[in-house]
Amino acid sequence: MVQGTGASPGIALGKVLVIKNEEIAIEKKQIDSIEEEKNRFVEAIEKSKLELIEIRDKAMKEFGKDKSAIFDAHLLVLEDPELMSSTINRIESEKLNVEYAFKQIIDQFVSVFEAMDNEYMKERASDIRDVSDRVLRKLLGIKVVDLSVLDEEVILVSKDLTPSETATMDKEKVLGFLTDIGGRTSHTAIMARSLEIPAVVGIKDMSVSLEDGDFVVFNGETGEVLINPDKEEVNRYKGLKEAYENEKKELEALRGQKSVTKDGREVELAGNIGTPKDVKGLENNDAEGVGLYRTEFIYMDRDSLPTEEEQFMAYKEVLESINPRPAIIRTLDIGGDKELSYLKFDEEMNPFLGYRAIRLCLDRQEIFKTQLRALLRASMYGNLKIMFPMISSLEELLEAKKVLNEVKEDLHREGVDFSPNIEVGMMIEVPSAAIISDILAKHVDFFSIGTNDLIQYTTAVDRMNEKIHHLYNPFNPAVLRLIKMVIDNGHKEGIWVGMCGEMAGDKRMIPILLGLELDEFSMSPISILPARKLIKSLSYEEMKKFANKVMNMDSAEEIEAYIEKTFI
Amino acid sequence: MEKLVTISNESGLHARPAAIFVKTASQFNSQISIEARGSSVNAKSIMNILSLGLKKGDEVKIVVNGVDEKEAMEALVELVESKFNEA
Repeated sequence: MVQGTGASPGIALGKVLVIKNEEIAIEKKQIDSIEEEKNRFVEAIEKSKLELIEIRDKAMKEFGKDKSAIFDAHLLVLEDPELMSSTINRIESEKLNVEYAFKQIIDQFVSVFEAMDNEYMKERASDIRDVSDRVLRKLLGIKVVDLSVLDEEVILVSKDLTPSETATMDKEKVLGFLTDIGGRTSHTAIMARSLEIPAVVGIKDMSVSLEDGDFVVFNGETGEVLINPDKEEVNRYKGLKEAYENEKKELEALRGQKSVTKDGREVELAGNIGTPKDVKGLENNDAEGVGLYRTEFIYMDRDSLPTEEEQFMAYKEVLESINPRPAIIRTLDIGGDKELSYLKFDEEMNPFLGYRAIRLCLDRQEIFKTQLRALLRASMYGNLKIMFPMISSLEELLEAKKVLNEVKEDLHREGVDFSPNIEVGMMIEVPSAAIISDILAKHVDFFSIGTNDLIQYTTAVDRMNEKIHHLYNPFNPAVLRLIKMVIDNGHKEGIWVGMCGEMAGDKRMIPILLGLELDEFSMSPISILPARKLIKSLSYEEMKKFANKVMNMDSAEEIEAYIEKTFI
Repeated sequence: MEKLVTISNESGLHARPAAIFVKTASQFNSQISIEARGSSVNAKSIMNILSLGLKKGDEVKIVVNGVDEKEAMEALVELVESKFNEA
């Protein structure tokens, strides 16, 4: 068994096709006929252009504009006069073979892009490599496996798949991807998830150890890969595949249905997102709203603060796409642990206990007001709810609301429209906020319990510290008591209470949260349909009794055992 | 013929705007270059334009000379000032 990184869920069984892009070896050679060398170059460029036009049109038909735009960029590189003239000058002046001359010019450009400190430009470097490899393969006469014409169903194995490969392959014939390098956010992984093809990435030299025709089975979720498994293992995987497909069909049937228990208690299942692009995942998984939009991503991977306009565009896009369902947008939660080149934080002993999130925003009000202006303006385009992170006292909450009102008055004076009824709520992730939630509930329209940090702060455990990970336990009675306290205090003041930490999507935890009368569960989109299936199988009255028993238990161990017993 | 302009579209001279700029410049046979940050590059080369990494607010000088320099300058200035019709 080989272990890789599960990048796209699903079970795959099948014969392997290894894409061995022969290493492009370039030697430096003196040439005798400059004319001949120049003709070879022009011919290779023309052939590559024709190929790219064909690929672009195929990608346009299958994936639409945004996926085919990458090939327009590739074409532009091939039509670049600087690239052409500098290569030809090098051939003429130094009498070099075209492969060597061309490679030298390409490397210069790639190093310029790789030296730039922004993600987008680094990606352009890999585009240029993709194009130059295509031209060099033409010059060296290296044949490339044509994936658009596969005669049987196969699992594709390679070092990594390039945009042109995934765009041209015959999807019906591809059972799965296995690559040597890459992680969950590599190109192959993202394409696999959008094509719903199982994939495991980052399996060191997989493409070297496998031969065409080897039989492989793998699980795209766990990342387990078996090479030439025996009969018994093949049957086991066949069973897994069938179960997976049935489960998927069952979940499909839940699309468009309400999340309601057998005895009529309805709750809301929403999704957590980080960028406007994630909204597609909400629709695919039938989310009933955005329960948490983490706005930090707009501030990252750039070298200056995002403008009001840029933020307005991002919030507008999210609100419009999910409208009329609600979108809870959390204001900036950034601190020492996320470096921003343009926002210098002094060294802090404990960034999680430091100058961050609402504390930073209340101190640097120009940053906070820019975000609030963008949010208020975007509220015209959908059902916005604003949420403040990391509130630990009443004073902070009232101060944040005061700033929000000041911004409302500014916009009013400037004659800029914003929606009159925007719910304002807060995250409960600091224990002090949980303990005085009866007081805080009087000043907000809703709570959303941020359990990821609430558990860290309550049990004094850094979630990323492997050595003490066993202490970071959501079933710790102390955590459950705080959660119950917050829900009860919220309901006493007539406000609704949701949860946007990982716990909200954990199937062992959902029955307890239902029993504690949580109103909204916000999770990663992929967990929504399974959560709906679970909720529809439960009775609310029974869960209240169940939760009551759990709340009287003394340890996480006892609680987890009781859950195991009750639900297995 | 020379003219100073300020890049005012949100994403600067990246991606789509850079491609449009280069395609537009290449339609004219005048010699066109961009001067910014102390270097001057051929405006018809996507690689050079991208390597400048021009952002919103950067000021650049467009230098055009050739038989159709007037139309070329007009087209390029109009493009920049219309923020490449980004929303």
